[in-house]
Amino acid sequence: MTLLPDTVAPGNAPGQAFAAMPPLQCAAMTDTASVPLLAAHGLAFARNEEPVFGPLDFAVDAGEALLVQGSNGSGKTTLLRVLAGLLRPDAGRIEIEGRPADPARRAHAIAYLGHLPALKGELTVLENLHFLCGLHGRRPNQHPEEALAITGMAGYEDAPARQLSAGQKKRVTLARMWLSPAPLWLLDEPYANLDLDGINLVNRMVSAHLRDGGATLLTTHGAYAAPPVRTRMLELGGAA
Amino acid sequence: MSATPGLVQAARALLLRDLRLVWRRRGDALQPALFALLVVVMFGLALGGEKKVLEDFVAPHAIWVAVLLAGLLSLDSLFRGDAEDGSLEQWILAPVPLAWLVAVRTFGHWLTTAVPLLLVVPVLGEFLYLPRAQLPMLMLTLLLGTPVLSLLGAVVAALTVGLKRSGILVALLALPLYVPVLVFGAGSVAVSAQGLDASGSLLLMAAMLVASAVLAPLAAAAAIRIAQG
Repeated sequence: MTLLPDTVAPGNAPGQAFAAMPPLQCAAMTDTASVPLLAAHGLAFARNEEPVFGPLDFAVDAGEALLVQGSNGSGKTTLLRVLAGLLRPDAGRIEIEGRPADPARRAHAIAYLGHLPALKGELTVLENLHFLCGLHGRRPNQHPEEALAITGMAGYEDAPARQLSAGQKKRVTLARMWLSPAPLWLLDEPYANLDLDGINLVNRMVSAHLRDGGATLLTTHGAYAAPPVRTRMLELGGAA
Repeated sequence: MSATPGLVQAARALLLRDLRLVWRRRGDALQPALFALLVVVMFGLALGGEKKVLEDFVAPHAIWVAVLLAGLLSLDSLFRGDAEDGSLEQWILAPVPLAWLVAVRTFGHWLTTAVPLLLVVPVLGEFLYLPRAQLPMLMLTLLLGTPVLSLLGAVVAALTVGLKRSGILVALLALPLYVPVLVFGAGSVAVSAQGLDASGSLLLMAAMLVASAVLAPLAAAAAIRIAQG
């Protein structure tokens, strides 16, 4: 709680900040609901002949969250990096809206939150967000200042990112996700480094994103409460 | 701002970010120029300050080597910072081609490291008794050659970005690639100093620039994808 500014962040009032949001602009939502936003068929990945996960079959529909659970080293991060396109799967295929996931389709459909914040320490929080919006695009009618207010970082706009704590950096990257026009969020350990209020924030952001017709994959090692939404579970066992 | 950024918009955002970063660390930005100055001073001291030797044989070559080495030192910062804080992951996932971002980043790097170097070249020339008449030709070859050095360097920097510390490996990989640029760059100045036509080697350098501007970002992008995988 000490990480938050003294004034109560708008995000603290449930529903208030999110109610004003325009719906996500993504064409997929108007398509037939039968085509999942993301589907994996026989997806497997191995590192040096050592299988990391899979083969896996799963699908995520619009308005749905997939909770990827597993112990440390069970391949949760690797799975998300494969889905994002940072790693190449050894077997299986990935489909986005029923079509094979090529880089262009991925880039428009997927927003990825990894372990590294992708923030430049010398730049202010706002400058960082402006750059990332320039790179990834931005949802219409959404502005970095408002996104920072939603994630409880109002008042830190002009602070250099290097002065932020790990939890505050996570909140800034959550603001980046909020601004992204992509309908599918891949969140790798979104609860890490966050306080109780931050965990709540992630759950409320995910709920609002799903309500707007998006979908979310999130990894957790099981210690946190899942968002109160339609959730599928994917349990990753160890390599054994 | 539209939902999906165009090439120009992404390039502008990246250039603006890089210029801001350089401005915040403007002390660092002077380092390549100071380094080149010191190398030139070393040449002068080692050769005993003999005016005849310097102006006839050494000046343009020593300046070319000094500029090349100064550029080499700044290569490691091209992608390393972005790899360490996760920015490169976001570049790969962006809806614009990675090679385009690499090209823009390399241009920004050239703008902030090589251009300050070019600005001090007249001063370096005075240190080494460079005949004033040779200065325009020297500047022209550096203007054509330093972008090639940056582009070739981008490939090397991308290849070594996955290593914890690349150190001297960058130099070992980059210097052999720099040889043709150095030979034709310093060579053109020497040729024109003798009153001969240097347009052949200048055109060759321009061809190197065009070829590396097209091919180097593609190669560097492929290397970054492998390093981030």
